[in-house]
Amino acid sequence: MTDMIRARGLVKRYKEVEALAGLDLTVPQGTVLGLLGPNGAGKTTAVRILATLLEPDAGSAEVAGVDVLADPDGVRSRIGLSGQYAAVDEHLTGYENLEMVGRLYGMKRARAGGRARELLERFDLADAGDRPAKTYSGGMRRRLDLAGALVAEPPVLILDEPTTGLDPRSRQQMWSVIRDLVSSGATLLLTTQYLEEADLLADDIVVIDHGRAIAQGTADELKAQTGGERIEVVVADPARRGDAAQVLATVALGEVQTDENGRGVTAAVEGDGAGRLMTVLEGLRRAGVDVLDVGLRRPTLDDVFLTLTGRPAEEIADEEARTETEEVAR
Amino acid sequence: MSAVRVATDGWVVAKRNLIKIKRVPEILVFVLLSPIMFVLLFAYVFGGAIDPGGGVNYREFLIGGIFAQTVVFGATFTGAGLAEDMQKGIIDRFRSLPMSRSAVLVGRTASDIVYNVLSLIIMALTGLLVGWRIRESMLEALGAFLLLIVFAYAISWVMGYVGLLVPSVEVINNASFIVIMPLTFVSNAFVPLESFPSGLQTFVEWNPVSSLTQAVRELFGNTSDAVPVPDVWSMQNPVLYTLIWVVLILVVFVPLSIRQYRLSTSR
Repeated sequence: MTDMIRARGLVKRYKEVEALAGLDLTVPQGTVLGLLGPNGAGKTTAVRILATLLEPDAGSAEVAGVDVLADPDGVRSRIGLSGQYAAVDEHLTGYENLEMVGRLYGMKRARAGGRARELLERFDLADAGDRPAKTYSGGMRRRLDLAGALVAEPPVLILDEPTTGLDPRSRQQMWSVIRDLVSSGATLLLTTQYLEEADLLADDIVVIDHGRAIAQGTADELKAQTGGERIEVVVADPARRGDAAQVLATVALGEVQTDENGRGVTAAVEGDGAGRLMTVLEGLRRAGVDVLDVGLRRPTLDDVFLTLTGRPAEEIADEEARTETEEVAR
Repeated sequence: MSAVRVATDGWVVAKRNLIKIKRVPEILVFVLLSPIMFVLLFAYVFGGAIDPGGGVNYREFLIGGIFAQTVVFGATFTGAGLAEDMQKGIIDRFRSLPMSRSAVLVGRTASDIVYNVLSLIIMALTGLLVGWRIRESMLEALGAFLLLIVFAYAISWVMGYVGLLVPSVEVINNASFIVIMPLTFVSNAFVPLESFPSGLQTFVEWNPVSSLTQAVRELFGNTSDAVPVPDVWSMQNPVLYTLIWVVLILVVFVPLSIRQYRLSTSR
């Protein structure tokens, strides 16, 4: 199998911040790589380098066998980029947007126009195709932007946070569109901060933090790293959290995690999850701890992040946001 | 990248910008109303107080200056358009396409010529209403309009460069105000050159807005023999001096802007 994207040791610094600190990525043909990480982890920087919008300070990258530094135009004609800001011209109609992109890929007018209609149809935008994009909903704009990336049927697609900021229904729609692309054999690099999204769409996931990969594998492989199933208890009285944690500790594999402000207490368990759950329920009853909810669940990628970094993804995102604000203040 | 590709891609981009005029005519109304407002304000507010001398009617004197000022102001449009595209991520999309690297700028500056032509037409009509007349041949008048458009085109590249540098549309509007107001007001556009204090006079004489204004007045025949042209090369040869500026600006700012476009990333 040929690698359609291959990046080695990508480094990019912005003043004092190291956005990428030696990132390696490999995406074999016909597969989907999910680049997963919180805000500010370096995902967008990596995308910009691969899409030739930015030159790395060090390292090399090839897209569809073409070097991004040696032949950026060659790369541009082989990729389709769809960014997190939905780069559509709101004064143009959906049709005009797509036709323009086709023309700029070097298509003749008739072909660009035909392709535009085809894509509008495929992305459920045919009825809105002759309305200015200004009148579109957020989800429609994202679909139009994604359609723009597909105009020239490029062998490699790069989607930068395609569902960030979308409402749940639009997100579902976007997911089904992307899944169709995937099943038709596209090679795709997808960045996301949604663990669920990477789980759902990607064959392989690279978890990225502070500009470097901290884990790689299939969703299942990553989940296995957190040690199997987890027991989750939601206590009725937040004050009894500690007691619940003590009960869980008797069966826990590793540390018991408690929500600092909430009522949740979770722990990873090994082996017979259902049996352990019974033990916990029995323990809780004996200790007189009332619970609202108890369950056994497979670990999510959030748990993976917590295990890998010692912090939940959101907390890191907050931290990054703070550092950024400080940067600006300076 | 071949010249043909620059032209076809540039045309695609220009067409996109022109569609916006069709979809948001409000912008046009604003662009066209402000010169009308300037003509009326200056003609009726300052008109009584300023005497250009030599029996020249102030309104006649004024129109050449308003023409020059308006096309210089119009260049802000180029900068604002590019800054907006940058802000909205559209430049990123363009930069990820295998299109000509200069087409976005070529297309933008080309489509902005349309704005300038429209506002010159409106201004000329307003001028005729308040008493301005073309007193030389039609050929010379045409030359005056052409000079205005060529100068506007050059300034468009300057503001385009600034538009790629600044973080937002608001900044470009303020920045251009700070540069363009002094450039147009410290010139002979609204008041006779002699009325400036001697220190400023040299600046006014060599200000390209002054030479443009002087050239346009001469080509329209809005000058009087009773008012001698200052004995400075720039004022004696206003058309040539203005064209030298046009060439200089383009030689510097075309490559500079294209370089900035290649380097720029949004946010």
